[in-house]
Amino acid sequence: MTGKLNTETAFANPDDFYDALIEAHRGLSEEQSAQLNAKLILLLANHIGDLEIIREALTLARGNA
Amino acid sequence: MPRFAHPVFEYRRSADQDSPRPAPHKVVVVGAGLVGLTAALDLAQRGIPVLLLDDDKTVSVGSRSICQAKRTLEIWDRLGCAAPMMEKGITWQVGRIFCRGKEVYNFDLLPEGGHRFPAFINLQQYYVEQFLLERLREQPAVEIRWDNRVSGIAPREDGVRLTIETPDGAYDIEADWVIAADGARSAIRRLMGLRFKGRAFQDRFLIVDLHLPEPPFGRRGPTERWFWFEPTFHPGDSALLHRQADDVWRLDFQLGPDADPDEECKPERVIPRVKAALGDAFKFEFEWLSVYKFQCRRLEKFRHGRVLFAGDSAHQVSPFGARGGNSGVQDADNLAWKLAMVVKGDAPERLLDSYDAERGPAADENILNSSRSTDFMSPKSKVARRFRDAVLALAESHTFARRLINSGRLSTATVLDFSPLNTPDRDPFPPAMRPGSAAADAPIRQAGRDGWLLDALRGGFHGLYFGDDDTRHLPIPVLRCDPQLDRDGLATKRYDGRPGTFYLFRPDQHVAARWRSLDPAAIDAALRRATGKA
Repeated sequence: MTGKLNTETAFANPDDFYDALIEAHRGLSEEQSAQLNAKLILLLANHIGDLEIIREALTLARGNA
Repeated sequence: MPRFAHPVFEYRRSADQDSPRPAPHKVVVVGAGLVGLTAALDLAQRGIPVLLLDDDKTVSVGSRSICQAKRTLEIWDRLGCAAPMMEKGITWQVGRIFCRGKEVYNFDLLPEGGHRFPAFINLQQYYVEQFLLERLREQPAVEIRWDNRVSGIAPREDGVRLTIETPDGAYDIEADWVIAADGARSAIRRLMGLRFKGRAFQDRFLIVDLHLPEPPFGRRGPTERWFWFEPTFHPGDSALLHRQADDVWRLDFQLGPDADPDEECKPERVIPRVKAALGDAFKFEFEWLSVYKFQCRRLEKFRHGRVLFAGDSAHQVSPFGARGGNSGVQDADNLAWKLAMVVKGDAPERLLDSYDAERGPAADENILNSSRSTDFMSPKSKVARRFRDAVLALAESHTFARRLINSGRLSTATVLDFSPLNTPDRDPFPPAMRPGSAAADAPIRQAGRDGWLLDALRGGFHGLYFGDDDTRHLPIPVLRCDPQLDRDGLATKRYDGRPGTFYLFRPDQHVAARWRSLDPAAIDAALRRATGKA
């Protein structure tokens, strides 16, 4: 699928991003982690602000691209 | 404070019941609710005789529509009955949303001045119907028959035979046209075997109309719509508060899908809920209480030959957003001028197809908004609930999340985009007031008197012209918008009225076409298109 969603590496240091993501969840219960993820998705989606890109990502994430 | 007393309209035997053959009628409107009354009034004022049938003997009983929107008020003003409604109703324009005891967001539905009508008034449906009826009684061309219930319908290509049940037995009449405004449980829809497709929502809600001698929450200032997510007085669910006329207040409690409707209506269940919301000290009397569920659904087509469905008989939505009664009145507004032209022979029958082409998408828009509000208020899954909670948590400090909170997107006039009656813009214009839009009002000054633009656009087709050329040869009346008329410059601003700009309005005050210069040939073509002749 070719679209507007960038699936190439965008981070200069991908390991730092991954570490920060896991670190943010440290010590949280499953419930708290799920709540964090929900807020994170809303914050990032608003920052992207392009429904076309978000729809592409949703399709990819659901695994039926 | 006086309380509303329901009038009783006695059944009277009509001459049609003794007629050897079914008596002929031009237009029969079935259902004297908001929509039927509006349609009958509009048709009568356009010179069309109307027979209005109702299966009851009074105005609306119980908790029905209360939020009457700006566009609806403009329509009723065109029909000459908005003044008593404005006097009796409670004006409001601000909504406040609370989450777990804290205010998270508020919105102003009409932040600018220069409009005759407010974003909303709250007025109980029985008052609205009473004011419409008072106006209707001044129309000699309208006959109302109470306690006349349609029990049979035989539609043909050139007319409709109706069978009507009365306390004296049944009789038949012949109608050239029938407007089925007989509500969500439409008998005509059922008798014609038409499918009413859509979604049924499982959540139950408790609606309580209370008479309160003193306003709650110490508020004496502007009245507002208050909506609570998970309030401390009703944990886990939502609640809504509206003020109505006569010191009646509506509380609406979300109860969830498992609530038992009979149990929840018992005073021992309801009184603690009300006291928790308003405080122990409040004196109140119940005016009405009921537990309801709702559906979002519609007929596939609103025109079935000579039978036209309008309001709840054609489409149903949840109450959040005030899109039920208000969309029904817009249906009547859309239909009446078209049917009047067809009955008089001024337009071909196919003009009525545009009623479906215009109000069908409007119903879809209302159903979409209403379904989304409902899904936000009662999340249907664990993950939906999680996102809802995340939105509410983020909304406390982030503006983007406040716009995601959906406690009902409130009714505005539907723009009739893609209507076959619209002439698409040929010249450059901003999107506001594009063809299909309901005319924006503005204060004007005419013959030394202050007035309103919408008043000057009553009756048939009208032009609004921001130029100097002679318009006397045009087939329609033209209002010239110069600095004298447009005393505050608001008409010029709202219509982007540059020199030469010309707007063509339909009889329902929607924009049919607009140009940047006076072009009589284009106006003729647009008029033909807007009347189903092209």
